[in-house]
Amino acid sequence: MVERKLKIANKNFKSRLIVGTGKYKSFRECANAIKASGADIVTVAVRRVNISDKNKARLMDYINPKKITYLPNTAGCFNAEDAIRTLRLAREIGGWKLVKLEVLGDKKNLFPEMIETLRSTELLTKEGFKVMVYCNDDPLMAKRLENAGAVAIMPLAAPIGSGLGIQNRVNIKIIRSQTKLPLIIDAGIGQASDASIAMELGCDGVLINTAIAKAKNPIQMAEAMKLAVLSGRKSFLSGRINPNLFGSASTTNKGII
Amino acid sequence: MKNKNKIKITVNGKQIQVIPNLSLKNLITKLKIPLNKIAIELNKKIIDKKRISKINLQKDDKIEIVHFIGGG
Repeated sequence: MVERKLKIANKNFKSRLIVGTGKYKSFRECANAIKASGADIVTVAVRRVNISDKNKARLMDYINPKKITYLPNTAGCFNAEDAIRTLRLAREIGGWKLVKLEVLGDKKNLFPEMIETLRSTELLTKEGFKVMVYCNDDPLMAKRLENAGAVAIMPLAAPIGSGLGIQNRVNIKIIRSQTKLPLIIDAGIGQASDASIAMELGCDGVLINTAIAKAKNPIQMAEAMKLAVLSGRKSFLSGRINPNLFGSASTTNKGII
Repeated sequence: MKNKNKIKITVNGKQIQVIPNLSLKNLITKLKIPLNKIAIELNKKIIDKKRISKINLQKDDKIEIVHFIGGG
């Protein structure tokens, strides 16, 4: 298979790795990790400005939204109304229409509340948003999100921030087989090999935050993830051999002495 | 101006006192917040940033000023 650029809502992106900007020690470290990751999309959250500390550093001072695509998220929203309010505010900051919808239903495991997620996808799409949707690895719900107008399906590999890696490869493969939309693994990646596996399953991209930000060396891990995504993608495109229970000698017996 | 002439408004959950009819634009300037990096909600309605000089704040107004922070 021939490589094509990642295309989301008719826009091409160079990298198949999307990175989050949360949990870093500083904005500087975050900016350096983004650089090392090669990502051209980063997720960001909408929160109150600290009005008592006017000199506090701002994300936008470190990560230039003219150079890197900001993908506003709805982190911390538990219903459609809150998610829509948040994304309308995000749009107002600077016209962002490409957004990441994340409506949670469970504070412990941070699993998505899929009924509210579906409802939000419908409402946001009607308002002109291009919605990339964090969702369960459920093929039926993924289909419904697609029908509701999602521009990307983003199933979890495992709970957000857990680092457990891809828990249900079969479902990811089923979702892959049923959709032409960009399929991006969002949440649960722990190490570089997890990112490679996601790409080898045929995913179009991977979204990683905690595994990079909380690694002992975030900058190096960002680079490792970049290489893992490239490697996994290349492996997928190259067409792997069929797995076989029995051995097959690499060296011919012809001419054996 | 004495405190009794001031009105109470809430900005980002914090109650503050301002002079009556202070424009939203002047409030943002006073708070030293860069306008191009924020969005504003007044009583749960998003405000077009181009119009903020025309909006005068009233008693008990609730204002939310948000920006982008790090997130996943």
